[in-house]
Amino acid sequence: MAIEARPSQSGELHEPDAGDLAIRVECVSRTFRQRRGDIPALAEVSLSAAPGEIVAVVGPSGCGKTTLLELICGLQRPDSGRVRSAPAALMPQRDLLLPWASALDNAALALRARGVARDRAREQARPWLQRFGLAAFERARPAELSGGMRQRISFLRSLLAGKPVLALDEPFASLDAITRAEMQGWLARVLDAEPRTVVLVTHDVEEAVLLADRVVVLTARPGRVAAELPVAASRPRRRSEPEIVALRERVLETLGAA
Amino acid sequence: MRLAATARAGWRPVAVVVALLGAWELYVDLGGASTLILPAPRTVAQSLYDDRSLLWSNFLVTAQEVVLGILVAAAAAVALACAMHFFAVVRQSLYPLLIASQTLPIPMLAPVLVLWLGFGILPKLVVIAVVSFFSIVVTTLAGFASVDPDLLKLMRTFDAPRRRVFWSIELPTALPGVFTGAKITVIVAVIGAVFAEQAGANSGLGFLFSESIAQLQTARAYATVVLLSAFAILLFAALTAAERLATPWAHQPKETGS
Ligand SMILES: Nc1ncnc2c1ncn2[C@@H]1O[C@H](COP(=O)(O)OP(=O)(O)OP(=O)(O)O)[C@@H](O)[C@H]1O
Ligand SMILES: [Mg+2]
Repeated sequence: MAIEARPSQSGELHEPDAGDLAIRVECVSRTFRQRRGDIPALAEVSLSAAPGEIVAVVGPSGCGKTTLLELICGLQRPDSGRVRSAPAALMPQRDLLLPWASALDNAALALRARGVARDRAREQARPWLQRFGLAAFERARPAELSGGMRQRISFLRSLLAGKPVLALDEPFASLDAITRAEMQGWLARVLDAEPRTVVLVTHDVEEAVLLADRVVVLTARPGRVAAELPVAASRPRRRSEPEIVALRERVLETLGAA
Repeated sequence: MRLAATARAGWRPVAVVVALLGAWELYVDLGGASTLILPAPRTVAQSLYDDRSLLWSNFLVTAQEVVLGILVAAAAAVALACAMHFFAVVRQSLYPLLIASQTLPIPMLAPVLVLWLGFGILPKLVVIAVVSFFSIVVTTLAGFASVDPDLLKLMRTFDAPRRRVFWSIELPTALPGVFTGAKITVIVAVIGAVFAEQAGANSGLGFLFSESIAQLQTARAYATVVLLSAFAILLFAALTAAERLATPWAHQPKETGS
């Protein structure tokens, strides 16, 4: 059930050639110019990801995490510095499911976007719903789904875009603690089976440490890289493992110091 | 639950109407006004019954004009709103003219159109469409403007062509606006139909009203007013029902979470 990767067409903002790396962000700064003064969102941020690597980005609210993802997806241009990335699909911070469309049609949106006919798009998306435990909710509207189900559909929708890079913007921030923990385990398993280069933005340090190969800590606005910590622990990981707990503490310390 | 609550509160306006009718009846019965000038509610009700076939055949004429007129207006308005949404030039060229069209005095426009287009249904449709068109264009455009910009960003990372964004996102988002506009327009459409018929017609409730007044059939004139008003209410209710069927997502309680 592999999805073929497709070259991006949103090319002008995008420099697809990142060398051996899937993502290469070099010394990027981004300032929003507003009438009431400039808001610097990111300052000289560098970050890279090898193909198949999961990089978590943690940082306080408003430090430019969403901005960073939009730069990687080619939705914004940096003021200075350089962003190169393989084609990336976004999973937005709010799920943004279409309220009029069924779960199946929502999941198939990216397929429809690239010109697949409705019936074929549904056919292709259906086995994925099954795999994600949502087969029974194929026809349900988003309003009838639980928060966890909505996030799964939203993730699936971005996954089916078939891009080598996934930019996940706080995918589970809106969920309650129990559902969030479940979804974190779920995402770890999905990415294990369906490897992608992933940039996972979160302000949940435990989530970052559980899921990522590397954790990048940003300072408060304007976001700068405060630290980069590799996570060597083997998978599957458990929250209670000493290695995970220790690393979580270290990230929290860095965040506090930043 | 809500239905029951509505039904329980519903007797209040009914009580007001009954009280007003009672006072009116009493006023006429006690000789407050000649029945030629002010027929009592009882006499109006009597006319509604006695003249039912006359009223009905004229009602059908007006109802057809109004329904067709609103349909024509809605089709034209949606087409224009789409054109304005896609092409800034169209919007800049036509929006001011559209507002200007609202200053046309309908009571004067109607006879001019009858002179030009004859006594058939055509001038009626034009008058109704002219008075209905504007609000549907405005509410449809507002619908287009309410599309979530983050959703457009998401579609960009899916490489969706403009056409796909329109059919998958923009049009469904704007659809409730079309219904809002049509509902707003029901009242003016009925008024427009009456003016158009009075400017030149040999059937329809507006025509029957003028004729009844001229023949001193005051009760029958009142009966046409009652029918027209009931028709407007009915049409509004029908549009509300159609709206709920066509755009159920627009009426669900706001989603919580995410
Ligand atoms: N389009 C914009 N125009 C003006 N300012 C913006 C814009 N987008 C973001 N900002 C500002 O830039 C800063 C960083 O925004 P961003 O959304 O990237 O932060 P974030 O880390 O994702 O925050 P959160 O954790 O709350 O999602 C914020 O202060 C925000 O107000
Ligand atoms: Mg954000």
